[in-house]
Amino acid sequence: MAGNAILREVTLTLPMVPDMEIEASRTATAMAESIAMSPDKIDEVRMAVVEACINAFEHSRSPDRNVYMTFEVLGASGPESLRITVRDSGVGFAPEAIEKPDIQAKLKAGRTGRRRGWGLEIIRGLMDDVEIHSGEDGTKIVMCKAR
Amino acid sequence: MTESLNLSVDRRGDLAVVYTEGYINNQGGEDIAKVAYQLLDEGYKKLLLNLAGTKIVNSIGISILIEIIEKMIEIDGRLGFCCLTPTIEKTFHIMGLAQYARIFPDEPRAVEGLGN
Repeated sequence: MAGNAILREVTLTLPMVPDMEIEASRTATAMAESIAMSPDKIDEVRMAVVEACINAFEHSRSPDRNVYMTFEVLGASGPESLRITVRDSGVGFAPEAIEKPDIQAKLKAGRTGRRRGWGLEIIRGLMDDVEIHSGEDGTKIVMCKAR
Repeated sequence: MTESLNLSVDRRGDLAVVYTEGYINNQGGEDIAKVAYQLLDEGYKKLLLNLAGTKIVNSIGISILIEIIEKMIEIDGRLGFCCLTPTIEKTFHIMGLAQYARIFPDEPRAVEGLGN
């Protein structure tokens, strides 16, 4: 993920209101298309962005109710990858304490429990590289997908 | 701003096919569940969700689909999905849905598969 120059950058501030994650996914799509990423990979990036936003909306308890996003095209001599950073100023969490979700357990869980805990797993499954930094000042998810 | 999901149902013998059009989020998942439970109340035990018109889903919406899977298991019914985008199919596999519901590439094969 590191070592490449930032060739282009778009920043976005999203209010935490329903379906605003779709706006983020549109920006991700535009950036990915600008580097001729394949349609299937673009879909994966969109889905990961949606999940990262929803995680922040649902769990961050951010006092300013905003999500801050940066979309960066990285490359040495030309565009090679897309790096997306999703940041909130919420309460943070311990990523290492999040258990890998299991559908069998979810089937036995209550309705609310069933809906929790998939986001990070999906993001990790769809993106090439994912880093999560979380603390008292909030959470930052940095995810990268090669062209 | 809210992304809506449109649903339509085709009842064919003992199979009901639910077509989705749009984003499957929290509300979309609830809408699908409502239609699915209505079909179960009508006596259908074979349901096919055709997602050809859905290009994006989120994990909350999919989690509601898990509730439908649980219900189908309870009544010994059959639930299938067809026409998923590669990313939605990949996400279903990440979440483990493929262990409990069958995924078909297209509707004819789904109808055949659920009928057997």
